[in-house]
Amino acid sequence: MVHHRIDKLTMPQWGFSMTHGKIGEWLAAEGSEVASGDHVLEIETEKAVGVVESPVSGTLRRHVALPGQEIPVGGLLAVIADASVSDDEIGRFVEDFSVAPAAEQVESAENTPQYVKVGDRSLRYLKLGDGESPVVLLHGFTGNLNNWLFNHTVLAESRTVYALDLPGHGLSSKDVGDGRVHTFAEVLCDWIDALGLPQVHLVGHSFGGSIVLDMAVRHPRRLLSCTLISSTGLGSEIDAEYLDGVVQSDRRKQLKPFLERLFASPDQVTRQLVDDLLKFKRVDGVYDALTAIVDQLMADAQQAVVFRDSLDQIAMPVLVVWGDRDRIVPCEHSAGLPAGWQVKVFEDCGHMVQMEAARDVNTLIAGFLQKCDQSGLR
Amino acid sequence: MARTLTYQQAINEALDQEMARDEKVIVIGEDVAGGEGADGEKDAWGGVLGVTKGLYGKYGDRVMDTPISESAFVGAAIGAAASGLRPVVELMFNDFLGVCFDQIFNQAAKFRYMFGGKAETPVVIRTMIGSGFRGAAQHSQSLYSIFTHIPGLKCVVPSTPYDAKGLLISAIRDNDPVIFCEHKRLYQLEGEVPEESYTIPFGEAEIIREGDDVTIISLSEMVHESLKAADHLAAEGVECEVIDLRTTSPLDAETVLDSVEQTGRVVVVDEANPRCSLAADISALIAQEAFGALKAPIKMVTAPHTPVPFSDYLEDLYKPNAEKILSTVNEVLEYQKWSTTVSTS
Repeated sequence: MVHHRIDKLTMPQWGFSMTHGKIGEWLAAEGSEVASGDHVLEIETEKAVGVVESPVSGTLRRHVALPGQEIPVGGLLAVIADASVSDDEIGRFVEDFSVAPAAEQVESAENTPQYVKVGDRSLRYLKLGDGESPVVLLHGFTGNLNNWLFNHTVLAESRTVYALDLPGHGLSSKDVGDGRVHTFAEVLCDWIDALGLPQVHLVGHSFGGSIVLDMAVRHPRRLLSCTLISSTGLGSEIDAEYLDGVVQSDRRKQLKPFLERLFASPDQVTRQLVDDLLKFKRVDGVYDALTAIVDQLMADAQQAVVFRDSLDQIAMPVLVVWGDRDRIVPCEHSAGLPAGWQVKVFEDCGHMVQMEAARDVNTLIAGFLQKCDQSGLR
Repeated sequence: MARTLTYQQAINEALDQEMARDEKVIVIGEDVAGGEGADGEKDAWGGVLGVTKGLYGKYGDRVMDTPISESAFVGAAIGAAASGLRPVVELMFNDFLGVCFDQIFNQAAKFRYMFGGKAETPVVIRTMIGSGFRGAAQHSQSLYSIFTHIPGLKCVVPSTPYDAKGLLISAIRDNDPVIFCEHKRLYQLEGEVPEESYTIPFGEAEIIREGDDVTIISLSEMVHESLKAADHLAAEGVECEVIDLRTTSPLDAETVLDSVEQTGRVVVVDEANPRCSLAADISALIAQEAFGALKAPIKMVTAPHTPVPFSDYLEDLYKPNAEKILSTVNEVLEYQKWSTTVSTS
């Protein structure tokens, strides 16, 4: 038949909890030429706003989904085909298209977070995929494992991926002890032992990056590699007002402007994102946990825990990722790092670069991890 | 997936967690321990609809059954609160509040004010509201507007299991008297509820659904009817903003007014009688503070000014529902301020 000449654009699944997406603006008009990777459509989910990229190059023949519509994961969004395909053929393709049920995927045990008891704490984590040399993803301050919703599924294509709720965060216990970075690293070691993991690749975002650095300096033999995304711990500058604002704001209106600083484009901050953070902050123990972390992390409105002097001790491969428009931790901290560290700065991205440029960040990290595994570098 | 509880279970969990956290928290009321003070899980009742079931087994004498004498046990709870405990008293049906008016309005609500801020009365009065339960005229009213009218009382009217738990924990930790209105028709409603304890601040309305065309302001069970109407209207291309007030005192006037400024059209939905009601109060607020933004008259969807009927058929007619909300929204949308034809003769 003719279907081999027709390519479809379908609703992606950004993270395990996504079942539907709401169609936003079409960024490529019907009849326009699109290249693979071009931004084609904006999608709004409960958790985030993202852009769907074209999987192939060709002519965008038809917008099947219209702005405002809710489309299930796997649902047809658009048809891409060259001029030799007739409109009738495209019409038949659209009619014949049926959505694979996404609901089963979403409910399966495979992608349901699990809990493990580590000392007195219960820690929640999500395990995805299967394979050697696992990677562990550590979110940032006030984050949780869902911060990786655009990343973990893709990274899990070639290895086991763990995304952890750090103590004081997500649905893990809210006890952060003295709140020091080192304390988090010790809990991480215990968690790795509790799961019986061999050496792991560590990926840390923002405050999670400081934990990765602490691990790399103090427990290098546990690690295969480090990936630092918009990381703290590489310089003293930080948006102290942001930290204070996020901890102290208890109303949506107060909180939203601070969260807008996380992204290069403030409209990425959805009502759901603000609500989720407010709900988290209102859980017993969270305020004390966040305050304890900030007290340890900061002194005189600057970062007090900086690893610059210890970086030369780190012998394993390190990848550093940043957004050039990061307003929380300045992108300048990606400069002057040890020779041999791989550094990549993404343009027009803010502090949440792993969400804002998910596809490119995923490709970069997956390639880096694969290279580490192949070279067997320690 | 997050854990799911019913509204009733969420309330029970809030009581349980607060009793475990603070031994000053006690529960007092008619049949709250079980009809005959039976041991543990053998509780015969645990409240007339079973909301406090199991607490007696865990906390023993901190769950106190009382005689059928609202004036006495509500007064006892208020006295206990004034002298250091944090009682949660169950005033079964809010229709019975009349027999303890003095204790609530003249005592609990006034202590802080009359003693120059030196006295606190951290009492929570849980009570059932709402029609649609075939409970007839004396067990079906929604009297939150009366509590809202009295300075010194806080009044909470949750619509979901998540809100019920968080608002009840906030109520128990609050140092002022709080009237906590539970809609009996919502007890079996299920929703996601975190296992951990959490709070929701008073005076924060929730925008349940965003929209630019009409603002629907609502509370308790009527939130769900409003959402049904909004879903229906969305299919016709009308986007309603649905606001759940969550607490009537303090009131989140800012969220209400911000929304009206944006939509210019308002329907207030309240299952209580219309005169001197919450719907009338919200309408007055909007008329005073956002008149310039209005593109159509403010409309109220309420019960008629009659007692709640006993006849099933009449009770169904009495109660506001999605259908009535829908037709009122359409009225507001179709309203034309000026005649479009201009005579030129």
